Amino acid sequence: MEPKVNILVVDDEEIVRDSLAGWLEEDGYHVETAENGPKAIERLPDKSWNLAMVDLKMPGMDGIELMDEIRKRYPDTIVIIMTAYATVDTAVKAMKQGAYDYIVKPFNPEDLSLTIRKIIEHQNLVRENLYLRKELKKQYRLHDLISKNHQMLEIFELARTVARSGSTVLIQGESGTGKELLSRAIHMESPRRDSPFLSVSCAALTETLLESELFGHEKGAFTGADTVRTGKIELAGDGTLFLDEIGDIGLKLQMDLLRVIEQREFRRVGGSELIPIRSRIIAATNRDLQKAIAEGRFREDLYYRLNVISIHIPPLRERKEDIPLLVDHFLDTFNIEMGKSIEGVSKSAICLLMDFDWPGNARELRNVIERAMVVTKGKVIVETDLLLPSRNENEGAGGKSLEDMEREHIRRILLENQWNIIRSARMLGIDRVTLYNKIKKYRMKREKPEH
Amino acid sequence: MLYIRPVGVVDETLLNEVREDLGVSLRIRVKVLPPMPIPEGSFEGSRNQYHSTKILREMVREIPADAAKLLGLIDKDLCIPILTFVFGEAQLGGPASIVSLARLRQEFHGLPPDRGILYERLYKECLHELGHNYGLVHCSDRDCAMYLSNTVVDVDRKKAAYCRSCGVTLRGAIGPRKE
Repeated sequence: MEPKVNILVVDDEEIVRDSLAGWLEEDGYHVETAENGPKAIERLPDKSWNLAMVDLKMPGMDGIELMDEIRKRYPDTIVIIMTAYATVDTAVKAMKQGAYDYIVKPFNPEDLSLTIRKIIEHQNLVRENLYLRKELKKQYRLHDLISKNHQMLEIFELARTVARSGSTVLIQGESGTGKELLSRAIHMESPRRDSPFLSVSCAALTETLLESELFGHEKGAFTGADTVRTGKIELAGDGTLFLDEIGDIGLKLQMDLLRVIEQREFRRVGGSELIPIRSRIIAATNRDLQKAIAEGRFREDLYYRLNVISIHIPPLRERKEDIPLLVDHFLDTFNIEMGKSIEGVSKSAICLLMDFDWPGNARELRNVIERAMVVTKGKVIVETDLLLPSRNENEGAGGKSLEDMEREHIRRILLENQWNIIRSARMLGIDRVTLYNKIKKYRMKREKPEH
Repeated sequence: MLYIRPVGVVDETLLNEVREDLGVSLRIRVKVLPPMPIPEGSFEGSRNQYHSTKILREMVREIPADAAKLLGLIDKDLCIPILTFVFGEAQLGGPASIVSLARLRQEFHGLPPDRGILYERLYKECLHELGHNYGLVHCSDRDCAMYLSNTVVDVDRKKAAYCRSCGVTLRGAIGPRKE
């Protein structure tokens, strides 16, 4: 149900107050009236007023003075000035001092309806925007990241310090360790928090598409470029640009990116104008960049440009003390999301979770808990609710390499899910990009399910 | 009992048609009262219109004791001080309402007269104002009689019936039919 819209009508003429209130009430608004400025001020604390419709000429305090008071005390309340004697001077004065509109009595009913509807819609959007921003901040602040591992606590401390600077950050860590989560937290902790956080998955796009995604392009820059497109670097403005899977970009784009980071300006594809960069860059990868440099697949100079501040997130198997904490956190999250009231995880189930190596890290743990919460029949998650790959596949693995095992496991999961990438990635506890990379690496092709 | 009160001269055939149709759709007994003169103080000389709130006040003075609601019909252009015109006015949740025929006529908009269109518009506005009397506020369903109409185009677009939700609320407010 929509929240009630409160409107305060202030006019010294009773007939105006009554007829305006009556008309607005027919539209479902809650309307109260006051006959002068001081009486209106008395009413202000009573409610959260969406709108005050104030007569310009009233004995004692006039409409403009009342509007000043309202705006000083309740800046969210929108004020419309009404008058029967319109002059350009008063209209200009009212608008300059912050009136939303200046309307002349009698009003055309259509105009009045439209004006009020626009105000309410605008206020709803502002309210929704504030709420969403607050929710995002809640979700991604550093103090909401969970760990008691000393290495992780040091990372959080470093991230807090880094957030205040504008330096480029390189976050390394296996898939599912929370590289993007940490970058978002750095952004939310930084003075850039009110500007956008934009994420680009470098591995998900071809080199040409990625170039256009990052730098944008001018109309006619290439076949199909029908309109000008603004790139993510430009869209990020004063915010943060998160380049995920940076280790996967080609050498040409590495060179372009290096130039952009060094010179702090760039050109759109096909453009000649130099556009300055104001955003901060955070890059992340699950690849061993040193090895990639040694093999000539990654530019050393770009690596040093990105690696001004280096953060390496340890895998979950190296900080198993975090598992119970993360389990509790996921339980709380999913209890809210699913409307359930699961109280906890049994001791033996926790032991099982602690014994597992978590190749998909915290993301995989999250998925295992989510599934368990769906299938569990009691108030406590028990061993049989947990679906851990190791429980079914460890046997009979003799003689196979880790890569063979991984390929086989991915193939099986893909078949099980009829090659639905999202579902398969979720089940494997890795993101879609990583799954695509692995499919490419193992040259896997879609095959018909076995019957 | 729902009473219809002509204010000034109103076409008798129209009055009888409204009486019959309201009786069927609202499932309530409807009766047309003798006309009352247009209250003198309701004329706004500077605007050449009649102040609907003042007329309503006069109507309520002579409301029959057994009246569930009292619907006034007038063939003059109506206004309230803050609006350039109104098609009608109702006391929200109160006993009386009034509907004007003036702007519902095609000839008001420079078109040849059309009695069929006039009646359809009039009937929709009667449903609308009576809805307010029974406590309904404006409805967001463009087809519903309770949708706010600021122009005759809005009136023509909506149906001569309440939406399901408004209909249920209205039925609850009217209560079971008493014979």
